[in-house]
Amino acid sequence: MTLLRVENVSKQFGSLIAVKDVSMVVEPGELRAVIGPNGAGKTTFFNLISGFLTPTGGRILFDNDDITQMLPARRVWRGIARTFQITEVFPELTVRENLRIPVEVASGFRLSPWLSRADEAAIRARVDELLEMGSLAGKAGRLVGELSHGDQRSTEIMMALALRPRLLLLDEPTAGMGDQETYDITQLIRRLHKDQKLSIVLIEHDMRVVFHLADKIMVLAEGAMLAEGTPQEIAANEAVQSAYLGKAA
Amino acid sequence: MDRLNARAGDIAVWLLLLTAPFWLPRVGSYVELGTHVVIIALAAMALNVLLGYTGVLSFGHAAYFGLGAYGTALTIKYIYPSTPLALLAGIAIGTIAAAAIGPLIARLRGVYFAMCTIAFGQVFYYIAFQWSSVTGGDDGLTAWHRMPIDLGFAELDILNDNKAFYYAALAVFAACTAAMAFLLRSPFGRTLLAIRENERRARFLGIPVDRHIWMSWVISCFFVSVAGGLFALLNDFVDPRALRWDQSGEFVIMAVLGGMRSFWGPLIGAAVFVVLQDYLSSATENWMSFIGLVFVLVVLFFPRGVLGLIRRRLAS
Repeated sequence: MTLLRVENVSKQFGSLIAVKDVSMVVEPGELRAVIGPNGAGKTTFFNLISGFLTPTGGRILFDNDDITQMLPARRVWRGIARTFQITEVFPELTVRENLRIPVEVASGFRLSPWLSRADEAAIRARVDELLEMGSLAGKAGRLVGELSHGDQRSTEIMMALALRPRLLLLDEPTAGMGDQETYDITQLIRRLHKDQKLSIVLIEHDMRVVFHLADKIMVLAEGAMLAEGTPQEIAANEAVQSAYLGKAA
Repeated sequence: MDRLNARAGDIAVWLLLLTAPFWLPRVGSYVELGTHVVIIALAAMALNVLLGYTGVLSFGHAAYFGLGAYGTALTIKYIYPSTPLALLAGIAIGTIAAAAIGPLIARLRGVYFAMCTIAFGQVFYYIAFQWSSVTGGDDGLTAWHRMPIDLGFAELDILNDNKAFYYAALAVFAACTAAMAFLLRSPFGRTLLAIRENERRARFLGIPVDRHIWMSWVISCFFVSVAGGLFALLNDFVDPRALRWDQSGEFVIMAVLGGMRSFWGPLIGAAVFVVLQDYLSSATENWMSFIGLVFVLVVLFFPRGVLGLIRRRLAS
């Protein structure tokens, strides 16, 4: 069964068409990369899926339900979580608190004025598990705003994972990172995909990362879909080479 | 260490408050000033649930403070002369008004939110000002007073015994601050912190931000109307200035002065404000310029407020 089905979505800002008639299908367990030159509409496309923007045309189905006009928080409740190109965390809270908030929301305690002892223990255990998974255990008590860029990124990814999403959207997870950090994040994404069978769509500029991770690649250029296929097909595609890969090389 | 300091701070605050009626006269002050500080501090702390913990600035909290005050006073004067009943009526009126106005403003942010809170607040101010036959208009609502509380086994004479009224007000203050502390430490309280820290991230963690801001607003206005009711009882009098926007501004000043990122900060801000007001206003008509000066100095040099400064000293 298809997890996400995007049908001919468009987004127009005044006279600018940022996304033009793009369709995409994501199957459960798939890891798909969206690539394209700057200004190709990748982030706008993400914003349409996550509900940050609503499309001016087309529709979006998640689990066969139409979510085109749904508010972001509701899409999160359905199982779509995302990270942002510029890291969005809670800078003046500790790493532990940053993770605790989404764990509580995902466990249905968003409105709870208190927690039972058992719930408290379960939440702590889940937060510890996420800290471990993101290699953040040693920094649990630090304010996120004081951490390195790479650790802030990991925190943000872990916050998204804390929601137990069925679809994870990562907007340039390795942007601005050094080689070691890029490697760590890539390994983390790979584990999520291979071990947990999580469905992931990511935007990425680093081609090593894309070709290492992706099952399928979609190429956007000037708001429209240029090509779609396996990494081998994309690497061999002449249109892509001339429009994008050629310039990068 | 932080937790120890916080615990020591809590104990110090409660010791000072519990003994205030005994040491206040010895330092040349009087019990009613202590009662005044406790009540205004409750209002400033209530505002801070919204300002310091949700990151939303309201310039209209006096409206709900005033509605609590008028609700209490009008109930005693016209309906039934019972202090607890009147206070409950005042709280209900203030909270219902806030709950009804909330959805109209919860989608606004920053200066737009602040402006709309002022606008709605001024509506209530003009109603109280113009509707003289009921509210007494500009002269205020007089010819009523708080009633002794019948506890069943004994009577608490809050009317004539100023210490009894202080402790009655402190009991309400204690219940309210305990409830606020409890809420702010809950999962719900953490969603408010999330909104303050990063609204976009909060939204994309599945928190319906506008709805949570509405709830924080109603909770904040609930506690501010409790303070308003107590304020009317303290003075045996209400006038429209209790509803006016400059009163709202004073609550904001107190919260910022004391430190809006800390739970007790607004209490300290309120104490500084009310005591300065009391002493300076007997010396000069322009007392507000001195408070303004203190405020500017604090904002410029200790942006985390008085309590923020104390904390930094303790940490270093």
